[in-house]
Amino acid sequence: MKLDALTQATGEWLKGTGPESDIVMSSRIRLARNLAQFPFVARASDQDREEIERFLRERIATAPMGRDLDYIDVGRLEEVDRQLLVERQLISREHAEAQGARGVAIDKVEQVSLMINEEDHLRIQCLHSGLDLQGAWSQISMVDDQIGCVVPYAFHERWGYLTACPTNVGTGIRVSVMLHLPALVITRQIDKVFRSLHKISLAVRGLYGEGSQAMGDFYQISNQTTLGRTEEELVAQVGEVVPVLIDYERRAREFLVRETQQNVHDQVSRAFGILRTAQTITAEETMQLLSRVRMGVLLGLIGDVKIADINSLLVRTQPAHLQKIRGIELDTKDHNIERARYLRQHFEAAGGGASPN
Amino acid sequence: MKCQKCDKPAVFHITELETGEVRELHLCEDHARAYLNQAETGGGEEPSQGGGLTGPLTVGQTADELALLDKKACDMCGITFFEFRNQGRLGCPHDYVQFERELEPLISNIHGATRHTGRRPDRAATGQPESTAELTSVIGLREAMRTAIGQEDYERARELRDQIRDIEARWHVPPKA
Ligand SMILES: [Zn+2]
Ligand SMILES: [Zn+2]
Repeated sequence: MKLDALTQATGEWLKGTGPESDIVMSSRIRLARNLAQFPFVARASDQDREEIERFLRERIATAPMGRDLDYIDVGRLEEVDRQLLVERQLISREHAEAQGARGVAIDKVEQVSLMINEEDHLRIQCLHSGLDLQGAWSQISMVDDQIGCVVPYAFHERWGYLTACPTNVGTGIRVSVMLHLPALVITRQIDKVFRSLHKISLAVRGLYGEGSQAMGDFYQISNQTTLGRTEEELVAQVGEVVPVLIDYERRAREFLVRETQQNVHDQVSRAFGILRTAQTITAEETMQLLSRVRMGVLLGLIGDVKIADINSLLVRTQPAHLQKIRGIELDTKDHNIERARYLRQHFEAAGGGASPN
Repeated sequence: MKCQKCDKPAVFHITELETGEVRELHLCEDHARAYLNQAETGGGEEPSQGGGLTGPLTVGQTADELALLDKKACDMCGITFFEFRNQGRLGCPHDYVQFERELEPLISNIHGATRHTGRRPDRAATGQPESTAELTSVIGLREAMRTAIGQEDYERARELRDQIRDIEARWHVPPKA
């Protein structure tokens, strides 16, 4: 598979389609699985890791869904290419930075990714656009069934699927929904909302940026426990809270339009203005401004800009994508200049962007 | 050792795991209880927004019990409980059997449950059992085979190799190239 081709395409999850896609960016489910006949990755020797990688790669290729996957040898990739896969959410940061034999199998629309030798021998991920946990669940359970037929997953009568970290044992499932909540951030209600989520043992973290720092008002909600409840119950646990958050965000957006119309219009217009004219701009500022413009488009304050375009820019203005698109190595300062140039060219070509008023 | 929050002796030694980072806490009984309650409600003064897979990994033991426990090692992969506590990652599937008694309170604390109720591998067609304990035993057999070869006990090594092959064949795992 040619990685450069990825920068031309847009992953399915960025299409800006699917239910509630004005607020819900994507729905993701992942399953942690291990082979019974090998030590877990952290304790596996280099030779073990090579055998695990080969065993899984060969077996997955024999599963019906496995034939349509592209396999990428992550261990042999250059850093910028690994980073590219992280930016597209096809592998985790940990997988990119790990050592030894490892790989990822990806389907054509970038909905399914199978990480080999991450923290567990196998991490299956399904990523769908908008609020589509049921779609992601039915797809991932099909993939899991097919691989489970050709691979002996480590399983224990009492503890379920055995994982390297006890925080994942049992179902090995992590259900997450990525939300865009700018109005809750602007109206300073976001912390209150998240404190209530912690009480029902859901985890919240900022999507982009290092650590817990949320950037661009994107947040990820996921289950914290994996044992003692069925997969369907855990999917439902996350699924149930999403409509509540959507409702809060919608109300906050209505409030902003009703009470502070001029102010909000000014804010999103300025954000849009900077994106179209800046000469140098960091990834962080870009994310923040794109977030505001995204809200402006959804509130009808900015015309002629497609949500799918904004979603795509969120990924394509990140460092590895920018470097691949430009085809040259860049240092940080050059990155900021190239990013600004890329944004100007993009909006010039797209035209429009005029206020509908 | 003294409690980190007061002058009473520390009797609870807690290992916290947050997205791969390990933090050790040494607390007296009162502070341990307060800490665990706070962890359970997921709150505290600063609601943590970080650590997707937070949930404390907690081991409550007296110092003496802990010292003994730390030396316990897995028969298959050889990891000690001490190593697990330090790294926060288990060594192999057998650890859930070997350390079952020690892991139970910890898992209960993380998940509020001690039994899997979700999906199970469908091995009906192959006639294999659901539990993969037998297949996991090849991890220990491989280790023993390496030792036998090291001691130039080739007869023993051959026996072990054949045992491994038998088990792997039953589980449809092809022998190594
Ligand atoms: Zn104390
Ligand atoms: Zn072990």
